Amino acid sequence: MSDMMDDMEEGGEGVVKKFMFVNRKAPHGTIYALEGLEVVLVSAAFDQDVSLVFVDDGVYELIKGVNTKGIEVKDFSKAYRALEGYDVEKLYVEKASMDARGLTEGDLIVDVTVLDSAEMANLMAEQDVVISY
Amino acid sequence: MKIGIMVSEGPYNHQASDTAYLFARNAIEKGHSVPRVFFYHDGVNNSTKLTQPPQDDRNVVSRWSKLAEEHGVDLVVCIAAGMRRGITDDILAPGFRISGLGQLVEAGIQCDRLVTFGD
Amino acid sequence: MLHIVNKSATERNSLESALRMATKGSAVLLIEDAVYAATQGSVAAAKIQSAMADVQIYALGPDLDARGMSSRVLDGVKVVDYGGFVDLVTEHNCCQSWL
Repeated sequence: MSDMMDDMEEGGEGVVKKFMFVNRKAPHGTIYALEGLEVVLVSAAFDQDVSLVFVDDGVYELIKGVNTKGIEVKDFSKAYRALEGYDVEKLYVEKASMDARGLTEGDLIVDVTVLDSAEMANLMAEQDVVISY
Repeated sequence: MKIGIMVSEGPYNHQASDTAYLFARNAIEKGHSVPRVFFYHDGVNNSTKLTQPPQDDRNVVSRWSKLAEEHGVDLVVCIAAGMRRGITDDILAPGFRISGLGQLVEAGIQCDRLVTFGD
Repeated sequence: MLHIVNKSATERNSLESALRMATKGSAVLLIEDAVYAATQGSVAAAKIQSAMADVQIYALGPDLDARGMSSRVLDGVKVVDYGGFVDLVTEHNCCQSWL
């Protein structure tokens, strides 16, 4: 391992950063939603202040009534419900993104906080690390 | 400043890996450090030594290897994403190593900035 | 906050989303195919121009050059090289890539 990595190992203990994961892609058409979820689950083990946001086509990740049997792909939408068990409880959805897709909170598989675009912008601006797909 | 990088797309198909590399090289030239580049999604395909680009083209994979060798950049390939795509230890180019997603989160915690390059 | 956009605004909505969520005083950097939005006569030009009241727009010069667009850059858009890209990342507390 390099010296730089040794440097990086120092002082990392106890640091709590605001991590935001930005989901902007619909599920199944590409792998980003699934692999994005995998990062979120791992991040839970690091005791960081994690927020998950769903904007643009990302809101489709949370839709109820999914049946993936016909495309022979794993249905990972249930996993969003398990996030609570990992202490990932801050889920935010942008209202404009839902509106643009004819969706309401009742269409979603988990409880979320709905934010308008300005609120979402402010939340984003508060973060230390933003990871997006 | 310590700048971590995530690369989410493979070489050649998207510009992401080129932009990430040029960003990393320039950051180092400006006196910053790039402790780690994490390769995720199809980005894991940047790590295979089996690539053979035409001679008149840049070699995206060996460029990363050179950066690792000369500047100690830790090139980490996500194990879960890599296994999905057939990336194993025996085909890794020099400087790359396979590890878990925790390495990405750790880079986010320990670096001053984390920049994502993808599609 | 530095918002990084890399997709053509005539192909994807990432520029629009970035501008919608860029708070006053933040910066938007256009790289790769996103640089076309910062050029005269593009349909995205009006969006860029109205956004410039609140945010500073940057475009990556080598990407403009590679696309033959350097002479068409909109007034008010600051062109930076990769070193300038690095400076933008370090000058802002955080960055978000609108992939």
